[in-house]
Amino acid sequence: MSSHTASSSNGGNGSGDSGVPKRNSKRPKYSKFTQQELPACKPILTPRWVVSAFLLVAIVFIPIGIACLIGSRDVVEVVERYETKCIPVLNRTDKVQFIQSAADKTCRISMTIPKRMKQPIYVYYQLDNFYQNHRRYVKSRSDEQLKSASKENDTSACKPEDIANGRGAIVPCGLIAWSLFNDTYSFSRQNQSLTVNKMGIAWKSDKQKRFGKNVFPKNFQGGGLVGGATLNESIPLSEQEDLMVWMRTAALPTFRKLYGKIEVDLEEKEVINVTLMNYYNTYSFNGKKKLVLSTTSWIGGRNDFLGIAYLTVGMICFALSMGFTIVYFVKPRLAFYGDLATLPSYHGTEVLDRTKNVHGILLMFKAHPSLPIGTEALHHFGTSLLIVTLMSMECLKHDIDSGRILMV
Amino acid sequence: MARGRIRERLRRSHLHPFSCLRPNANDSEGPNPLQGPGFSRIVHCNQPHKHQKKPLKYCSNYISTTKYNIVTFLPKALYEQFRRFANLYFLVAAVLSLTAVSPFSPLSMILPLAFVVGLSMAKEALEDWRRFAQDMKVNSRKASVHKGGGVFGYKPWQKIQVGDVVKVEKDQFFPADLLLLSTSYDDGICYVETMNLDGETNLKVKRSLDVTLPLEDDESFKNFSGIIKCEDPNPSLYTFVGTFEYERQVYPLDPSQILLRDSKLRNTAYVYGVVIFTGFDSKVMQNSTKSPSKRSKIEKKMDKIIYILLSLLVLISSISSIGFAVKIKFQMPKWSYMQPLNTDNLYDPDNPGKSGVAHLITALILYGYLIPISLYVSIEIVKVFQARFINQDIHMYDEETGNTAQARTSNLNEELGQVETILSDKTGTLTCNQMDFLKCSIAGTAYGVRSSEIELAAAKQIAMDLEEQDTQNINVSRYMKSANKEDSRGGPEIELESVITSKCENDQKPAIKGFNFEDSRLMHGHWLNEPNQESLLLFFRILAICQTAVPELNEESGMITYEAESPDEASFLAAAREFGFEFYKRTQSSVFIREKYAHPGQLIEREFKILNLLEFTSKRKRMSVIVQDEDGQILLLCKGADSIIFDRLSKNGRIHEETTTKHLNDYGEVGLRTLALAYKKLDEPEYSAWNNEFVKAKTSFSTDREAMLERVADMMEKDLILVGATAVEDKLQKGVPQCIDKLAQAGLKIWVLTGDKMETAINIGYSCSLLRQGMKRICITVMNSDVVAQDSKQAAKENILMQITNSSQMVKLEKDPHAAYALIIDGKSLTFALEDDMKHHFLALAVGCASVICCRVSPKQKALVTRLVKEGTKKTTLAIGDGANDVGMIQEADIGVGISGVEGMQAVMASDFSISQFRFLERLLVVHGHWCYKRIAQMICYFFYKNIAFGLTLFYFEAFTAFSGQSVYNDWYMLLFNVILTSLPVISLGVFEQDVSSEVCLQFPALYQQGTKNLFFDWYRILGWMGNGLYSSLVIFILNIVIFYNQAFRAGGQTADMAAVGTTMFSCIICVVNFQIALTMSHFTWIQHLFVWGSIATWFLFLLLYGLMPPTYSGYVYKLLAEALGPAPIYWSTILLVTVACILPYLVHISFQRCFNPMDHHIIQEIKYYKKDVEDQRMWRRERSKARQETKIGFSARVDAKIRQLKGKLQKKSSTSVSQNCMASPS
Repeated sequence: MSSHTASSSNGGNGSGDSGVPKRNSKRPKYSKFTQQELPACKPILTPRWVVSAFLLVAIVFIPIGIACLIGSRDVVEVVERYETKCIPVLNRTDKVQFIQSAADKTCRISMTIPKRMKQPIYVYYQLDNFYQNHRRYVKSRSDEQLKSASKENDTSACKPEDIANGRGAIVPCGLIAWSLFNDTYSFSRQNQSLTVNKMGIAWKSDKQKRFGKNVFPKNFQGGGLVGGATLNESIPLSEQEDLMVWMRTAALPTFRKLYGKIEVDLEEKEVINVTLMNYYNTYSFNGKKKLVLSTTSWIGGRNDFLGIAYLTVGMICFALSMGFTIVYFVKPRLAFYGDLATLPSYHGTEVLDRTKNVHGILLMFKAHPSLPIGTEALHHFGTSLLIVTLMSMECLKHDIDSGRILMV
Repeated sequence: MARGRIRERLRRSHLHPFSCLRPNANDSEGPNPLQGPGFSRIVHCNQPHKHQKKPLKYCSNYISTTKYNIVTFLPKALYEQFRRFANLYFLVAAVLSLTAVSPFSPLSMILPLAFVVGLSMAKEALEDWRRFAQDMKVNSRKASVHKGGGVFGYKPWQKIQVGDVVKVEKDQFFPADLLLLSTSYDDGICYVETMNLDGETNLKVKRSLDVTLPLEDDESFKNFSGIIKCEDPNPSLYTFVGTFEYERQVYPLDPSQILLRDSKLRNTAYVYGVVIFTGFDSKVMQNSTKSPSKRSKIEKKMDKIIYILLSLLVLISSISSIGFAVKIKFQMPKWSYMQPLNTDNLYDPDNPGKSGVAHLITALILYGYLIPISLYVSIEIVKVFQARFINQDIHMYDEETGNTAQARTSNLNEELGQVETILSDKTGTLTCNQMDFLKCSIAGTAYGVRSSEIELAAAKQIAMDLEEQDTQNINVSRYMKSANKEDSRGGPEIELESVITSKCENDQKPAIKGFNFEDSRLMHGHWLNEPNQESLLLFFRILAICQTAVPELNEESGMITYEAESPDEASFLAAAREFGFEFYKRTQSSVFIREKYAHPGQLIEREFKILNLLEFTSKRKRMSVIVQDEDGQILLLCKGADSIIFDRLSKNGRIHEETTTKHLNDYGEVGLRTLALAYKKLDEPEYSAWNNEFVKAKTSFSTDREAMLERVADMMEKDLILVGATAVEDKLQKGVPQCIDKLAQAGLKIWVLTGDKMETAINIGYSCSLLRQGMKRICITVMNSDVVAQDSKQAAKENILMQITNSSQMVKLEKDPHAAYALIIDGKSLTFALEDDMKHHFLALAVGCASVICCRVSPKQKALVTRLVKEGTKKTTLAIGDGANDVGMIQEADIGVGISGVEGMQAVMASDFSISQFRFLERLLVVHGHWCYKRIAQMICYFFYKNIAFGLTLFYFEAFTAFSGQSVYNDWYMLLFNVILTSLPVISLGVFEQDVSSEVCLQFPALYQQGTKNLFFDWYRILGWMGNGLYSSLVIFILNIVIFYNQAFRAGGQTADMAAVGTTMFSCIICVVNFQIALTMSHFTWIQHLFVWGSIATWFLFLLLYGLMPPTYSGYVYKLLAEALGPAPIYWSTILLVTVACILPYLVHISFQRCFNPMDHHIIQEIKYYKKDVEDQRMWRRERSKARQETKIGFSARVDAKIRQLKGKLQKKSSTSVSQNCMASPS
């Protein structure tokens, strides 16, 4: 950076008496913005605000909490864990071997309905310890390929499940599709089968846009390894709702996915028999499998937590608002409008009350310029303490009128 | 010219014993010392071609102060940018993002970085361009150079070479360091103004060697040649050693033949000189210190926080990669759905170590959100705005010069709010360097009714305080008055506070420069009616005669003006003229005075023969002339510092000593600089006896010639008769005392560093209330300054050390809390005091003193003192100055402020901020500094908060994905988070936040202490914010995960996928951080409203629009809000719940703080909020008076001290009936 650079902006005239002041083009233009004087609201947390804010939160939250709780309690949920049950006892020592064998995997379980369930009743499967959110897994898919037939070979992201040996691209490619869940359930009550509607379980947007109408499965599960379900090659992807549901990867390693809907009411104490085909291999990673029947309410499935959390926060706020009310009443701040000197940052500052001992004031106006200065003059006035201020009458007119200043 | 001739003859005459007669050069210097290292420079005069080859090729006269040039800009500027650790980190991250390990797309890493770095570099380039333009202006200045054959032509400065002969004309700057050859005066003298070098405004005389005098026109340089051998370039301005070989004779050179670059030729038509040092070799450039790049304390601390975050980043990345490796090794083989056998390097169960290391990089990039990349760029943007506000502030605009305040580097804005010590130059900064004759005391009578600025200011203050008294006190006074009327025994003691002439009356400012005196008893010849007119006559004559000035007739106005060595003298002469004693002519031996009133109606011209002149030196502190009037009466007229004069009075000369002393004290009290005047009558024989001695001393050539002369002069200057005293006001710049007072109330310490002599400095100290009567003064000076020998140097040093330790002891033992000490130290002592082993003692003492004044300091010392304060106290220092001599300290201080006045631009060019008047410093610090500090501090804290709150959720989530490095958010969310969604609110916080309005800042200067004490950026607060961020991240993550665990999230039965969970979580984050910043702000203009609420709206809008894009771009986000989340009540209720839960602790904290432990600005905000300042003026004023920092300097302190004194007196005489009455008065 600079230093003693030789320079003087106006080196020419040296005599110091810079003549005419330059007319000012540089004068900043006044605007509220540049002068930082924009109108502003300056909310501050006065006691009233604090108490009412907390109270408001409490008033809003507690009803919401109650509503959520009620909503959640309305939901009836039946869960049946079956991954061990559905392995024949003999094969339970080596479940993986069983699941990979060609043995019959039909399995029957029954579920008891604890409470009347109104239709639609949603059927879910729940997997556990399944990292659908693993980066390797999540990335292994091709949105382009799913959408349009022309992008069929767009499989670069799908490794290692991208191209079938010698037969071109796999559609749908990638690990996600490859590992499609393939257990199937059929329900019956009192020997009368219950239809499971498997349509309308995927998102409408997935059906309409993300999965193409003219994209048909190809080379799927054609590789050496079979990961899960096969797809009917004559049905376009836009109709494969199971695939759509599966491909919306779950956020957590434990997840439920919609299997279908039962569109009749189920009565209390009814026993539902489920015939399931236990194909899917979760045994290699000790994953649990659960079958879930659940109704929904306006907040979705059964989850008391939201309601409880709302209630808790509401309660806390209520308590706080009460607490602050009490504090403000019982122990109002000593110096609410501030004896600044008592405050911590001013500790050690002895504030001089500089007017305490001034016993008399005499204001004298327009004294003669040659007024002799010194105590003689004051003796002349005979005051105990005289402070002589000569200011123009105009300046003090207001104070004189209001009686604050005495004239002599 | 004519004037010059007169002066020249005077200079040559016998009148100037101390400076004129130099012992003949040839025999004084011993053997030539110019050999060996350090003295290698050879200059062939008038033969610049000889200097085109090594080793005689010296550097050119081109100067450059830029940091970069076109070639080096890119590499150097990039290097500068990536020296910032965070930038480097992001660069590495961006490079790595091109590889497979990156969790994000490369674009999302590179774009923000390019933006940030590009913006900063553009700023650098602009700043450097300005410097370049400034350099070019200097380099292309024209100077007249000898082109050979006796012809001179103009050349730009940058082309001037060593050995060139240049001709410099009146009022031009010297283009390089020159050896003076001859001048327009016959005897080769010239006058030089060195303001740019040392800040001194008085002219200095330079004198050429006698041998070069004949070279007095262009022609004579045709065949001129000579060789100069001299010292190498060095920074010492006051020394020069060399020889000049001319016509086979060698002549020694000394500093008086050297004309330094950047000084200016004055009062001399032209000079010729040979260039010795050019460009960077010149003394002034050597004196410059490289300006360090300054960073504010907050920014340095911010770096530390970044390091902390970085450690956190490395920590969680390591956890993550270890977790990843473990999972890969033990679990991955079981995950059949992932085809574990069919893997590449990144997920290789056989080689978990390698995968782990690769994952570490992924993790480092992923969690890079902990370190806010947009922090730097946001801060830069904010600072640019803040700087603009400073530049545009209409309250810091100076009508006279048309200059606004300028924030020249914007990266120190917040530092303005943390200043602890101000180091100020005096001349041109505090004062205008103009003296006005204001009062005088003649023969024990005080004259002059005008008030000094100090008096006016103090009176205003008192009047204000008194008005503040409530009616009760008024009642008391009324009561008292009546009591007093009865009680006319005259008993009670009476005090006079001050007499203040009406401000309105004062409006017609004196038209006469240097004269601001008003008293009808003396003006217009009325003095003839005064009783002691004999003394008055003498007084005026001393004013008119005892001087060394040169009168100059101004043709236009017919007035005579004076060219004097010091402005005091000019003001005396102006005063004498106004009193009717006009000094109009000076000849070699006489002074001519035109007396107006001595005989009414008649102008009488008198001649006073000057027999001897005993010059003023700072050591003697007096000057005398011995004159013979027309009647043959010989008189010694003397003026000098009062203490010196009073020591030299004769017994019968002390009649008025007591009253004069009292007046002098009064004058000193109100900040005037005083001199005492005295005379003595001599008879012929006495004089001639003394004169013989004097002449003998003068012509001796022994080394102690000066001492002898002094001794002889001393013999004469005694047994004087006191005539009176003068009081001159060193015109302070407008508003300086008020500004100093306010700054003192804001708790700032003010040091004055001046090149002036001690007395002047002390007087200025008085006039700007840095000193006051009753302050204990500690003066540290070297006792016997002449001795330079080694051992006596040691002795002097020990002496200084003793003085310092004694004084420290004294300060330490002081019991009275109101006792204030002032430390005054001169440059010579400072050289010792600044040595390594002593500087800490010195600093400790200085810190204990209320005010510190360093006088006679060189530019280098100014910088050293600044460094000492900066490094010794570890507090922020601000240096303010206007001249080139202040450049060093301006660069050294944490903040350099230049005054952009009339005196050149060096200080401004080197400064970080420039203002056009000292008084604007108050607003710059107390308003802008305070605001900027708080803004930046809050902004940075918030930045870290939001990035921690955001970044940690990534980490938690990653733990749920088997540490695979998957982020729950869409890439675009993350890109937008820092760049758009949360940046505008925090920028608006940094630009617009005001805790209190500017008026309140000014009314409550103590609020400034919040910055000095760093209440808003201490570790407690920073960690608090980080903790808040941690809490928020936990709440956001846990609540979201639990709520969206596995059940359906809406009536349609679908469960939430990762996109839904991520989007909800992100929505929560956006709402939380924006509500949080809304809670942090205390000042909402429409802009803040727009940005804060707009950011939340933007997020939802973005989500909606992004969802509408074709699924190939939007992926899982396609119609997410419109179809899935929007209709789901659980989405909205989660956002509400999480937002409230996150800000709840902060809300409780601030409510609690306001309630139990409010900070100063809280209270003021409350007062303002309840409009108490309007409804309850008294309370408002009381608060204001309480909100002053206890201060020992400034006129408030003066008023306090005075009142304490009065109180003390009143208490002593508490037995009087009056005070009893007072006690009994109704309350």
